Amino acid sequence: MIDVLEQFWRAYLFENHGQFSGAAVTLWLLVLAISMGFVLSLFMAVGRISPRRWIAWPLWAFSYVFRGTPLYVQILFIYAGIYSLDFIKGTAPLAAFFQSGFNCLVLALTLNTTAYTMEIFAGAIRATPAGEIEAARAFGMSRFDQYRCVILPSALRRALPAYSNEVIFTLHATSLAFTATVPDILKVARDANSATYQTFAAYGIAALLYLILSFTLIGLFRRFERRTLAYLGHQR
Amino acid sequence: MFLDGYGPLLLAGTWVTVQLALLSLAVAVALGLLGAWAKLSHSTAGRLAATAYTTLIRGVPDLVLMLLIFFSMQIYLNDITDLLELEPIDIDPFTAGVLTLGFIYGAYFAETFRGAFMAVPHGQLESARAYGLRERQIFWRILFPQMMRHALPGIGNNWQVLLKSTALVSLIGLTDLVKVAQDAGNVTFRVFLFISLTGLIYLLLTTVSNGILYWLDRRYNVGVRQLTL
Repeated sequence: MIDVLEQFWRAYLFENHGQFSGAAVTLWLLVLAISMGFVLSLFMAVGRISPRRWIAWPLWAFSYVFRGTPLYVQILFIYAGIYSLDFIKGTAPLAAFFQSGFNCLVLALTLNTTAYTMEIFAGAIRATPAGEIEAARAFGMSRFDQYRCVILPSALRRALPAYSNEVIFTLHATSLAFTATVPDILKVARDANSATYQTFAAYGIAALLYLILSFTLIGLFRRFERRTLAYLGHQR
Repeated sequence: MFLDGYGPLLLAGTWVTVQLALLSLAVAVALGLLGAWAKLSHSTAGRLAATAYTTLIRGVPDLVLMLLIFFSMQIYLNDITDLLELEPIDIDPFTAGVLTLGFIYGAYFAETFRGAFMAVPHGQLESARAYGLRERQIFWRILFPQMMRHALPGIGNNWQVLLKSTALVSLIGLTDLVKVAQDAGNVTFRVFLFISLTGLIYLLLTTVSNGILYWLDRRYNVGVRQLTL
């Protein structure tokens, strides 16, 4: 274990041959997917509960497909499947985009987490007490102001526990990065394994790193929940 | 045909995936019941071990655990067979997949079952004892059916995640649906077609299991008053 660490600790944490790798890449993937996913799903959740069928239905189909298929298959679809199409290869900007494993991976992760986050947010918005919306209407708020000042602040708070789970799941999902040749923690572990043949140590260090990241995130969310959900009188 | 003769192979791969998922589910449910029982037991060692199991497993990505368990299991097994001067035993990817997926999802099931056991009112068990039922009868006739009602939503979620995780087992060399589709795509240069088909088959599997779960949920909720708001 010690010699694997001695040789590879930099690679596990942040850099390898002048390239970012390991935990830094994993966290960067997480930040990209989560921030883009958050913004996208905020808008899509509002559309998902729309009474207009032509808005709600495509969003339902999107989430059904992305929640019903494995992320690995989605990555393969985007990275290998789309790039194999002649039409993509023929269009220079598209070819350049889909050629990069990193782009494909971030796209797949973002779409995947957006599908789940959208459902979480949509559920929370649906659960808004009718009185709150009625009060907002009584104040003469426009639909946009209703969402901005009343519905979303209250819904996002209620969504927080489920959303924190989704963030942890996305962190775990980034471990598929090596299938798109992105050097995340698990990729470094595989390299360390093939260089030293110390399988248990190589993968064990990776598992430990993920464990530390997961618990740090869980701890941060707990603190945040205690602040934002204080009005519910939660003691834990 | 439009599948270039890969139809039967795809079907065989799907069958492998389904078998893998169902067998892992059996292992996971067994481990989950055991874990829940240990967590709710009076023994401190049992509680500690079960808590360590569920916390550690759920904090690490399933793919990392799968590679860790699969590759080091083989190496330690080789060490043991070397030590005993036996023929080396190769773990086949299917068995390894079932054991690792079962072991990982056992931790999730343990949490689900623990919550569900706790949700059964204590008076139910006391009255069963007062009627003179044996412990076995109490478990199967009183505790289990009522526990299932609370556990079903969680079981359903875990099953959907488990089913989708089977795609990862192709990474440790199992010729499942995903592996067959990749090979077929690479040989025929129609990756897009075959990966899309794989997605569709998974979608079909999740849709079918949604239906079954809905039916089970209704069955176990018979006799529960439901108010529509």
